Amino acid sequence: MERLKPVDVVIVGGGWTGLLLAKEIVTRTSHSVLVLERGAPARDYTSTMDELDYLIRLRMMQNLADETVTHRHSSKDRAVPVRQYGSFNPGTGVGGAGEHWGAVSNRYRTDQFRLATHLREKYGAARLPENLAVQDWGVTYDELEPYYWRAEQMMGVCGKAGNLRGTLVEGGDPFEGPRSHEFPNPPHKTSYFVSLFRKAALDLGYRPFPIPTATLSQTYRNPDGIERPACMYCGYCSRYGCMIGAKAQPSNTLLPLLANKENFKLQTGSYVRRLIHRNGRAEGVSYIDSSGQEKMQPAEVVMLCSWTINNSRLLLLSGIGEPYDPTTGKGTLGKNLTHQLNQQVQLFFDKPLNLFMGTGGLGCAIGEFAGDPAGLDPSSGILRGSEIRANSAGEGPISSFGKIPPGETKSDWGAEWKKAALNWHDKVGQITCECAHLAYRQNYVDLDPTYTDKFGDPLLRLTLDWTDHEKRQRAFIGKHMISLGKATGARVGPLVHGAEEHYSVTYYQSTHVQGGVIQGDSAERSVVNPWLQHWRMPNLWVVGGSAFPQNESANPTLTILAVAYRAADGFVERYIKKPGALA
Amino acid sequence: MRRREFITLPAKCLGGLLVYTLAGVPIRIQAQETMVRLPLRFFTANEARVIAAACERIFPSDENGPGAKEAGVIIYIDRQLAGPFGRDRHRYTKGPFLESVPEHGYQGKASPQEIYRDGLRQLREDFADLDAAKQDQVLRAIETTVFFRMLRTHAIEGMFSDPMHGGNAGLIGWQLIGYPGPLMSYRDDIDKNYGQPLRRQPVSLEQIVGHPVKGWEEERD
Repeated sequence: MERLKPVDVVIVGGGWTGLLLAKEIVTRTSHSVLVLERGAPARDYTSTMDELDYLIRLRMMQNLADETVTHRHSSKDRAVPVRQYGSFNPGTGVGGAGEHWGAVSNRYRTDQFRLATHLREKYGAARLPENLAVQDWGVTYDELEPYYWRAEQMMGVCGKAGNLRGTLVEGGDPFEGPRSHEFPNPPHKTSYFVSLFRKAALDLGYRPFPIPTATLSQTYRNPDGIERPACMYCGYCSRYGCMIGAKAQPSNTLLPLLANKENFKLQTGSYVRRLIHRNGRAEGVSYIDSSGQEKMQPAEVVMLCSWTINNSRLLLLSGIGEPYDPTTGKGTLGKNLTHQLNQQVQLFFDKPLNLFMGTGGLGCAIGEFAGDPAGLDPSSGILRGSEIRANSAGEGPISSFGKIPPGETKSDWGAEWKKAALNWHDKVGQITCECAHLAYRQNYVDLDPTYTDKFGDPLLRLTLDWTDHEKRQRAFIGKHMISLGKATGARVGPLVHGAEEHYSVTYYQSTHVQGGVIQGDSAERSVVNPWLQHWRMPNLWVVGGSAFPQNESANPTLTILAVAYRAADGFVERYIKKPGALA
Repeated sequence: MRRREFITLPAKCLGGLLVYTLAGVPIRIQAQETMVRLPLRFFTANEARVIAAACERIFPSDENGPGAKEAGVIIYIDRQLAGPFGRDRHRYTKGPFLESVPEHGYQGKASPQEIYRDGLRQLREDFADLDAAKQDQVLRAIETTVFFRMLRTHAIEGMFSDPMHGGNAGLIGWQLIGYPGPLMSYRDDIDKNYGQPLRRQPVSLEQIVGHPVKGWEEERD
C-alpha cells in the first residue's frame, strides 16, 4: 500500500459536516486539510429538473449496488439487505445529502439536550419504561445557541422568531428555546394549501408558525461573503440540487470559500475503508482511489464526517471502540440507533391547489403536540409527541398522480380509476408529522455477519423496530392531524402509514437516521465527548447525526451544523494549542 | 448482438392525436396518418405489442382523454429496461436471497428485465390480439404480482415523465393533467391564484434549458 505525504487533518466525507470543519480549519489556521470524498465532484444542477431520474430513480443517492445496509426487527431475527431505497436516502458526492435535502432548519427544543434528566425529574425514574435508553447530550441549549445562530447565518435561514431572548413573539414558534436574534431572513410567501392549513390551525386555537427553511426568501449575503438568490418556488427541491443556488448546500455555501486555499485539498472518488490507529492514537486512513489503488494517508488528526450511520460502520470496521452488546448493555459503539416515525393524512379538496409550485420548507407547523405537552406522561404510554405540518414542497406529475379517496374505485388501474385520478388530480394536500424517536436498548447498529459491500467489507446491520410508545404516539398525533384536516373543510382520508405493526424499509420516513456514535458526558455511556472528540482517541473526531443520543421531532441538519461549529471551535481554539482530550 | 427489432405505430398515436387541455377540453386533432417505425432496445416486436396492449388497458385512451398509446409509454418502458434500471445497476443484488417479511420489500434476484420476460410469459404471445374484456380478465388475474405492479408504475411514469425518456409524447400527459413542465419560476404566482387552476402550456426540460438533455437510461456501462 502506497504511503502518502502526511497532512495535518484528514476529513472523511465531503458533505455538510466535512466541508464545514474544513472551512473553519482552513480559514482560521494554517493547518493542511485533505477531504476524501468517495463520490463525484460537485455538479451543475441546471439540467436536473427531472422527476423520473431524480425523485423516482434517486440519481443523487448512494448507489446501493455498491453498498447498502441490512435490517432486522430484533436481535432474534435474521437481517436482510435493504435492496432498493425506501425509508431513507443517503447522498453521495461532494455536498452529500446536503445537496438534495429539503432545507427545513428547526432548532431542537431546550429539553432535548438533557432529555434523560428532564424525564427523570418530571416523572421519576421508576415510571419510565425499563428499556428506555435516552441520554443527555453533555451540552445544553444555551451552550449551543451561539452555534445555532452561526449556522442560521451561514445558510440564511428564513423564519419568524417565537422567542427572542425570553420574550414570546407572536407569529413564531412559542415552544422554541430563546433566540439571541431574529432569523436572518423573513419567512417565505404563503401558498394556497399552506394558507388553508394555517387558517384551520388558528380556528382550532393553535399557534401556527412558518417552518424555518434554508432556502432563501430573498437575496442574501452571509457573514462569509457568500451571496445567493431568492427561491423561485420551482418545486424541484428535496431530492434535487438547487439549480439557482437559493437552497443552502455545501457546494454553494462552503466549497467556494475553500476553492483557492493552498492548505486545502478535496479529493473525490476516494473510498475510505479503514481508519489506521495504534496505541490509542489515529494515524490516518486507508482508501481506494478512483483508479482502484489502495493508499495510506497519514494525518495528525482524523475527522470522520461520513454521514450518520456510516460513521458507526467505519469505526466498527476499523476496530475503534467497544461494540455495543444489547444483551449485556456493555460497549458504546453502535447504540442508540433512532429514526423518525412519519405518517400522513390526505385532504381531498374541491378546488385545485397548484401543488407543482413550492419549495422543500415552504409550510406551516404547530408545536402544541411536540415535546411532552399536557396529556402526555408515562400513564398515557407516550413521553414525546410530534410537530404537525403542512407543506408546499413542490409536487411532480408522476408521484402526485393517482391520489384518490380510498374506496372510490374498485381497481387502481383501468378506465374507472383513470377517470377518478384525473378528477382528483392537484386537489389532494397532505398533513404530515415527524414523531420524536426515543432511544431504546434493543435498537442499535453492528456489522452484518453475511452481506458485504463491493470490496467485501461487512455491511452495517440495523436492528430497529417500533415499540408500543411509537404506536401510541402515532395514534395520538394522528387524531390531531385528522382534526386539523377536517377543520380545513376538506374531505379527510384515513392515516397513511398510520397502522403498521413494524418498522418498514419500503416507504420513505425521513433521512434522519441518528445515533451509533453518540455524544455524552461520560466515556462509559457515550463514544464521543461533547466536542465530538473520541473519548479514547483524542485525535479522532466523529461528527454528524451519529452523535445524537435520541431523535427530536424536527429535521436534524441545523443541529448537526451547530454541534459541528462547536466542535470546530474546540479544535481551532483549544485542541491546536494543546492537543489532547478537551473533556 | 441482438437482431434489430422495430415497433411500428401510427404517427397520430404519438402525442399528436388529441390535446386535452388546460380546462380539460379537446382543442386539437391532428389528422396525420403516416406510420412511424421506431427501433426497440429491449423488447422484440411482438413483446412490445403485448406490453403496449397491457399498458393501454391500465391507462386507456377513452372519452376522458389520451392514454398510454398516445403518450408512447411502450417506448419509455423499452428504454428503461435497456438502461441501468432494467439491468439493476443501482440495486443491491448480492446474495443470499432470502424470503423475508413484507417490511423488507422486494428481495428477489430477478432484475426488471427478467421480471418483464417472466411477465410476458404469463401474458402469452397472443395477448395483443385478445379483445379488451379478455385482456382485462388476464391482467386482473395477475394484478398483485411483482410484474404487474411494476408495469402499472411504469405506465404512469411513461405518461407523465419528461419526453426525453421516450414517453409523454408531445407532452400529452402533462396537457392531460395541466402540469406546466419544469418551469424555473413561480415567484409571482406562489401566493396568488388561491383556489384557481394555474395551467400554462407545458414545456419540456429541453425546451427550457435550450439544449438536449439525456436521461439516466442513456448511461452505458
